[in-house]
Amino acid sequence: MIKVENLHKTFGELDVLKGISTTFEQGQTNLIIGQSGSGKTVFLKCMLGLFVPEKGNICYGDMKYRELTPSQKRELRKQIGMVFQGGALFDSMTVEQNVMFPLQMFSDGTKSEMLDRVNEVLKRVNLINANHKFPSEISGGMQKRVSIARAVVNRPKFLFCDEPNSGLDPKTATVIDNLIQEITHEFNITTVVNTHDMNSVFEIGEKIVYLENGKIAWEGDNTIIHKTDNEAVTRFVYSSELYKKVRIAQQKGY
Amino acid sequence: MLKLNKKRSFFSIFKPLFFLMKNINNIGRYFIMIKDVFKRFTKGSVLRSLIVQEIHDLTVRSLGIVVFISFFIGAVITIQTALNLSNPLIPKSLIAFAGRQSIILEFSPTFISIIMAGKVGSYITSSIGTMRVTEQIDALEIMGINSLNYLVFPKIVGMMFYPFVIAISMFMGIVGAYFAGVFGGFVDGNLFLQGLQEDFISFHVVYAFIKTVVFAFILATVPAFYGFYMKGGSLEVGKASTTSFVWTSVIIIVTNYIITQLLLS
Repeated sequence: MIKVENLHKTFGELDVLKGISTTFEQGQTNLIIGQSGSGKTVFLKCMLGLFVPEKGNICYGDMKYRELTPSQKRELRKQIGMVFQGGALFDSMTVEQNVMFPLQMFSDGTKSEMLDRVNEVLKRVNLINANHKFPSEISGGMQKRVSIARAVVNRPKFLFCDEPNSGLDPKTATVIDNLIQEITHEFNITTVVNTHDMNSVFEIGEKIVYLENGKIAWEGDNTIIHKTDNEAVTRFVYSSELYKKVRIAQQKGY
Repeated sequence: MLKLNKKRSFFSIFKPLFFLMKNINNIGRYFIMIKDVFKRFTKGSVLRSLIVQEIHDLTVRSLGIVVFISFFIGAVITIQTALNLSNPLIPKSLIAFAGRQSIILEFSPTFISIIMAGKVGSYITSSIGTMRVTEQIDALEIMGINSLNYLVFPKIVGMMFYPFVIAISMFMGIVGAYFAGVFGGFVDGNLFLQGLQEDFISFHVVYAFIKTVVFAFILATVPAFYGFYMKGGSLEVGKASTTSFVWTSVIIIVTNYIITQLLLS
């Protein structure tokens, strides 16, 4: 579980996060949605420890991040997996080496044990026969799957995904969404996904936090988001013509 | 319009001051970076393979261009010295002597280092800068790895093999000088070898290698600084490579002056 309490972050005179408080439960895919510039990425980077908030607290389980010593913070980071928007795979390494990297850094297992774990995870993300390919030799969807494999290979307790299906076709995006949700349930991890993809919202949003101007404007899940009368959320969710038509059809009872 | 121009010219007075402030700030950040490079070491087994890779990428792969340039510059130095020695009272062995001194004292350690600022320096800046742009450095940080130690320390160790490259450069420069001098008909072979050994001061070689070690450190860290702290996209990676080349060259030349003043004067 991740508990965020009254989080504030400013850049110069610009208040980006204005007192965010929420809880992301374990074994659940938690989505942060909002328009560009609403503070989603800053919020995610604060949770990852890449930005230091001016005020507020983030608790990982029973650990308050602000009160941790640098070595405790490093230990906590080993329990965090991250899927970046662009994959952030190491160009000079093969798929196998990329996935093995966290194991080489933090585990004391033998090479064959590590290799077994890598193959197990790659099989889980449906990537077979790609072990010796370089990131530039595989498709965007495959890169995302390698990124997910690298994020979960060390059995993290917390998984963060920054727009995991951006730049993917709708079918591959759905595959990636489902994979993230399956892994979350299977490994019982706390997953936080930063997205503005409405398919993801309806598919995997077990908890949805809508950010607007650095504040939480709405919280809920995918079963109630289409029923909400919150104007900001409705405007955001039904901004595309397709969803507008779906909503009208629903209202007419089709 | 006139008011605007006046305003602009007023602020332009402070331009050199802003430039100075920015560079003082960069000097401070550079030394903080160096301190962080030697903190929280990466796991030994991983570091070992990275160091071997960097030795190959930074020094072994530079050998071809160094050998080529050194041979021909050695040859040109000899021809130019020979053509300028028109006085019959000056012994021809001086051609080899002048060539040896130029190559050992300046050409190999300093000018090859400036060439390396272009080759190795831009490689380091662009590779680290690309990692920054594509969030690979963020990925390392999130994993709890000291990205500066992981990326820069192996490069510093790799560049500590750079004096071997310079030793080869010195040798090839002298070989080039011999070829041009003897086969070009400027000096007799025995006279050349005699000139080569004349008034040899072994400290000059020590001085050259002290310089080389300092330059190796500069070549590894200054481009890494510009790559690591760059912001923006691929265009900025290119700009960072150019800036890093300019500043690495400037720092090498200034350091060369300081070391020469300290060790030879």
